[in-house]
Amino acid sequence: MNCRQAISWLLAGLAAVAVAGCAGRAVTDLRGTGDLGIVIERASGSVQIVDHSHRRSLGRIEGLGDLSHAHATFSRDGRYAYVFGRDGGLTKIDLLARRVDRRIVQAGNSIGGSISQDGRLVVAQNYQPGGIKAFDADTLAPVAEVPAEYAPGKFSKVVGLADVPGQGFVYALFDAGEVWVTDFTEPTAPRTRRFAAGKQPYDGLATPGGRYFMAGLFGEDGVALLDLWQPEQGVRRILDGYGRGEEKLPVYKMPHLRGWAVADGKAYLPAVGRHEVLVVDLTDWREVGRIPVAGQPVFVMARPDGRQVWVNFAFPDNALVQVIDTLEGAVIDTLSPGRAVLHMEFTPRGESVWVSSRDDDRVTVFDTASRQTQAVLPARAPSGIFFTARAARIGF
Amino acid sequence: MRLAIVHVVVLLVLILIGVGGAGAAEPDPARRAELVTMVRQDCGSCHGLTLRGGLGPALLPEALAAKPMDSLIAVVLSGRPGTAMPGWSRFVSEAEAAWIVDALRRGFPPLSEGGRP
Repeated sequence: MNCRQAISWLLAGLAAVAVAGCAGRAVTDLRGTGDLGIVIERASGSVQIVDHSHRRSLGRIEGLGDLSHAHATFSRDGRYAYVFGRDGGLTKIDLLARRVDRRIVQAGNSIGGSISQDGRLVVAQNYQPGGIKAFDADTLAPVAEVPAEYAPGKFSKVVGLADVPGQGFVYALFDAGEVWVTDFTEPTAPRTRRFAAGKQPYDGLATPGGRYFMAGLFGEDGVALLDLWQPEQGVRRILDGYGRGEEKLPVYKMPHLRGWAVADGKAYLPAVGRHEVLVVDLTDWREVGRIPVAGQPVFVMARPDGRQVWVNFAFPDNALVQVIDTLEGAVIDTLSPGRAVLHMEFTPRGESVWVSSRDDDRVTVFDTASRQTQAVLPARAPSGIFFTARAARIGF
Repeated sequence: MRLAIVHVVVLLVLILIGVGGAGAAEPDPARRAELVTMVRQDCGSCHGLTLRGGLGPALLPEALAAKPMDSLIAVVLSGRPGTAMPGWSRFVSEAEAAWIVDALRRGFPPLSEGGRP
């Protein structure tokens, strides 16, 4: 073997090692995203990427701005999270590469957003300027805008945005007392229909499948209901006068509505100014029960199988979480996962629930059957928890 | 003698400014930290963590400058009927409400690292 031969052998060997190294890395990095999610850290402008199979954090991404009242929606392949910040920031996060893919500031004051049925448009709902804006889901380039101008020169804050079939988005106008339905079939020329809803709608939800949109009203006792299969029938009122004319208790935080309040043919809704969860039959929309709870409900969330409904509360009762058994129609457990519980997210099949405690800087994972703690993850003032299973559901 | 009167007047003015600015019963540091958390986090759920507004209006110095101190304290304690603003008198005393309003008008203290005061 001469010197030249030795060098070429050595080089070949090095190349082989390098290739093996790369291949090994690629193999370890290959994974799906079906068990991933994000935890919003509201005061520090960061999110953690989490893995709910192994109940662990995979890392933190910083620099997302003001994340108080942040919301997230997911690309239909479950790879990207779109995070909507209070300051109008819209950040597209790559959950696999664990980095910011793109980021824009699209408004002065925003509270959330959603993704279209075909996955091509991400739509933000804004307080300032009041209205909705649509962006290309790949590039975040602006596509269209629908200002919530309900009277000449008057713009409303937009709440309760939900994506529905037919490239539709339904949302409520807090200041106008209306529900609007915008059709993005032609993305650059959206068409909007308006419906009178009632005083101060504070949030909304689309039922699973997206047929009905409900808007909770703050300014009066009742819920506005729109049948999106027959919108020409207009909004009807359900749960009318549920407060029975009694004085409202003070509401120190607005309740939230989302599509998972529906369990086993019934909707479980937070009463406003009453320490009750209202139960409505989805076949005839009549109230079929009300369940006394520990405080003003904020999130009322059904476990995916519908057997349990978990409830968290407004200040000052926000250190508690209560569990309702839907068969018994009563609270069966009261948990104390930490101070200032802001959000809960079930794993897609409901065996666990992740609960954020803002003031104890942690996320607690509970076994929903035994209510035993399965894991505790440190997080900085955590608020919203969002798992990629949302990507496959309409109305989120 | 003339000089002495001026000195007394200046002293009185300084005392009055001191009393008016700081409030008669300034909350102690531990309580102030609680109030900062409450305003930023709980009031912040409607007014925004940065107090630039949300469902409720902005609480920045320029937004409050033209409003009388007394009526702002009354809103904190008793709320505003017909709006989503509740009264907070169950949780803060009148002196604490005055401290909050005064701090808001001067630019509210931030949460410290990690969201804790």
